Amino acid sequence: MMICSETSLSLAEGLQSTQSYNYTKYHSMDEIYRWMEEVERANPELVSSAVYGHTYEGRNITLLKLGLGNSEGRQKKLIWVDCGIHAREWIAPAFCQWFVKEIVDSYKTNKKLEQMLQNLDIFVTPVINVDGYLFTWANDSTRLWRKSRSPPPQGSSCYGVDLNRNFNANWGMVGASFNSCALTYCGRSAGSEPEATAVMDFVGGMIDQTLCFLTIHSAGQLILMPYGHPEISAPNYNELVSVGKAAAAEMEKIHGMTYTVGTSPQILYPNSGSSRDWARLMGIPFSYTFELRDKGEFSHLLPEEQIQPACEEAYAGALSIITYVHDKTFPDSVPPNAAVTSVSGFAVMILSTIMSVLLTAEVSE
Amino acid sequence: MATGELNPNHYPAQRAAKAVQHYLNTLYGSPYRVIFLNRVHSGYAEDVADSGRKYKLEITVQDHISNKTEKCKAEVLFPGGEQQRPPQVQASLEELPTTDTKAEEEALFQKYKTNQGLLSEHLPDSHGHVDPDMEPFMHLGSAASSFIMLNESTENTLYNVAQVANVTQLKTENDQLKFDYYVLLHDMISQEIIHWKLLFTWSPQEGVKVLQMEKLPHSHHNETPQNNNN
Repeated sequence: MMICSETSLSLAEGLQSTQSYNYTKYHSMDEIYRWMEEVERANPELVSSAVYGHTYEGRNITLLKLGLGNSEGRQKKLIWVDCGIHAREWIAPAFCQWFVKEIVDSYKTNKKLEQMLQNLDIFVTPVINVDGYLFTWANDSTRLWRKSRSPPPQGSSCYGVDLNRNFNANWGMVGASFNSCALTYCGRSAGSEPEATAVMDFVGGMIDQTLCFLTIHSAGQLILMPYGHPEISAPNYNELVSVGKAAAAEMEKIHGMTYTVGTSPQILYPNSGSSRDWARLMGIPFSYTFELRDKGEFSHLLPEEQIQPACEEAYAGALSIITYVHDKTFPDSVPPNAAVTSVSGFAVMILSTIMSVLLTAEVSE
Repeated sequence: MATGELNPNHYPAQRAAKAVQHYLNTLYGSPYRVIFLNRVHSGYAEDVADSGRKYKLEITVQDHISNKTEKCKAEVLFPGGEQQRPPQVQASLEELPTTDTKAEEEALFQKYKTNQGLLSEHLPDSHGHVDPDMEPFMHLGSAASSFIMLNESTENTLYNVAQVANVTQLKTENDQLKFDYYVLLHDMISQEIIHWKLLFTWSPQEGVKVLQMEKLPHSHHNETPQNNNN
């Protein structure tokens, strides 16, 4: 009895805390840190947190882990979502917060989501490049900062490394600069930056269980597949295309916005050292960069009134991919009352209906 | 370099189409009309001996303010050679330029005819907000910046206006409003933010006429290190 009332109290508190936080405004880093603590505190059965690294300036790189227990104690699979590798892309951290809120607010009433959370742990990092994000809040002249805030190398006066060129994935080969003043400066070596190594060390220890790696950016309305090098194709290229296009189709249903799917060299530019490429090279089968709104009208200065629609469509896209990889990995676990969301789920339903009719027929004889 | 029939979603056609967007804004852009590339339907590229590379495109463009769209056929010739020179664009619109902006433009012109001084900074601001009274000046900045973006466009650039950093109105001259703009342009390919100063005039009859364009060196020395207080 006591346990029941404690659970329902923290449920109510959880709902309240996520409902009073304004997800349609951009938040400072302090607000985001406090929000993470609050979401964890208010939803202990779903949310836990971990600090898995530190930025150059010594700040915590923190993730929220969303997952439910499963009664059989099965080993769970993993989904990785990160935001804010590039400091000025404010809609990305806004999306990670939105993503968490959606799951917290809907898992109790969405049987499919609840079941996925029993099979999956979803790791969400709202801001990877904390130093850079903070810098963009300093004053009007710093708003368009992109890189980290690591110090200038010897002989230079330019700060920061493009963290999305620093990962150990064909590092320095194409689409990156060795000039420390450039906005695509790849650093002095692969993984020289603590923000990048934090991700590589943490995810690197869980590669076998990781189904999907989503890294969120702006802008351009693109879903980028591996690889950034024009001469390399992922072995599951066709499947990456079809899953990406299915996600883009789901996104377009929400507000009519089109997202183009392709490799970076096809639809944007060649690049190397990206987190997406690192994840695919390490063996994570589904790895995508989401470039959210818009297509150039406001670019990185996306108006706050677009946060909600941008996040709603991005959530539909992310969920489409997560659902696909979940159903592919756990084909037998379709909950009996779940809304039918896939053809394979429908087939299983028909089969189980036929089976139950046959069984009934036998028994009645 | 991609030649022949182009995939309309791939970058070569998209970058060429962006140059068309800039060109159309030099013709039709105003405080109440800003044209954006909506979609590329088809593209074809070929080398032109001793000249460069020519793109033939079918695109749809959209007026950001009226939301109306129009299909457009365009040709872009990117000149070859060592030194970057502006592309030559052939394109025109029939419908979008006829959207009725005359009344608003005339009202704006009359309102600001005798004004001068600092009008605004940071359009939009860090949170993407623009004071509704200042929106026409942000759009005018986009229109005027299109002259720069067109001039600077190559097969390896994709320009957008990142922000209008400063709008100063100078004394009206020859019945044209006169402005000094400081704009931040974003090149998607290099990811760089490039600072430009623009001196231009505008009136409802004459449209935008650029007098001076100056690229500013971006001094990295101005970026002070972040202190460690959170």
